[in-house]
Amino acid sequence: MTSMIDMVFQLIAFFTVLINFSQDEQNDRVRLPESELARPAESPLESPITLHLISDNSIELGGVPTTIDGIGVLLNVELQLLKTKGKTAADANIIIRADRNMSGGRVQDLIKKCQEMGFEKFALRVKELGA
Amino acid sequence: MKIRSSQPGDKGAELNMTSMIDVVFLLLIFFVLTFKIVAQEGDFNIRMPLADNAAGPPPDPTDLPFKLRLRADNNGQLADIILNDNLPFGTDWEKLRAKMVELVGGAAPKVSGAGEGPEIEIDLDYNLRYEHVIEAITATTGQKRGNDVVRLIERIKFAPPRRN
Repeated sequence: MTSMIDMVFQLIAFFTVLINFSQDEQNDRVRLPESELARPAESPLESPITLHLISDNSIELGGVPTTIDGIGVLLNVELQLLKTKGKTAADANIIIRADRNMSGGRVQDLIKKCQEMGFEKFALRVKELGA
Repeated sequence: MKIRSSQPGDKGAELNMTSMIDVVFLLLIFFVLTFKIVAQEGDFNIRMPLADNAAGPPPDPTDLPFKLRLRADNNGQLADIILNDNLPFGTDWEKLRAKMVELVGGAAPKVSGAGEGPEIEIDLDYNLRYEHVIEAITATTGQKRGNDVVRLIERIKFAPPRRN
């Protein structure tokens, strides 16, 4: 009995450590491009804002669907949140999770829109090759 | 009055394990069902403030970024890779990488994110698929040798979008 309980607790510990409740970082509708140079970040990015570019040309921020023209409203809310923390747009990191079949120009449009709002740091998220 | 005294051979009060095991198995089932295997993901970091239109001092010609032109066909597939307007590579990323190694190999800074070193400007057709953009970034920013990654160009920026 003791060894079984030991093993079950080991399993629970394993799953507890690996579980990820964060839905913000995931989106099943986005198929990321792959790169052999993809490595998980050594430290978490400062003030991350994750944008999902889905292949049907819609964008999601925090689970709210929008368009490139409408992203300004949502980013303004994020800017207000940053201000309450004493930070500016230049401190935030925009994580772009774009679908591999999206046109590159759309990604550029999105980056330009973010730049116009003062954001400077971008991270293009990719999947590890062969994963 | 009857007084219970411990008899020789008594093991003392035993804990009832059944309920604990029930709860533990429930927890285990919960974690197993919510567990999702997610592929490892990584980032390409780009620092790209909005271009300042004010006329500044003329840039040092040696600091000019590499220019990578990516042309697309009508389906958004890669048609042509051209470096610095005069070096065509067809659609072969390995040739481009070999050229980048030749041009900047060893010149790139060892510390990532130092904001120093050569820069590349990627100029792409509007309809070029994003996966080809990532292939371009992969080919120019590093080379995988075994388990190590040799960094080539740390700084990436995009040219203004080309509208069709």
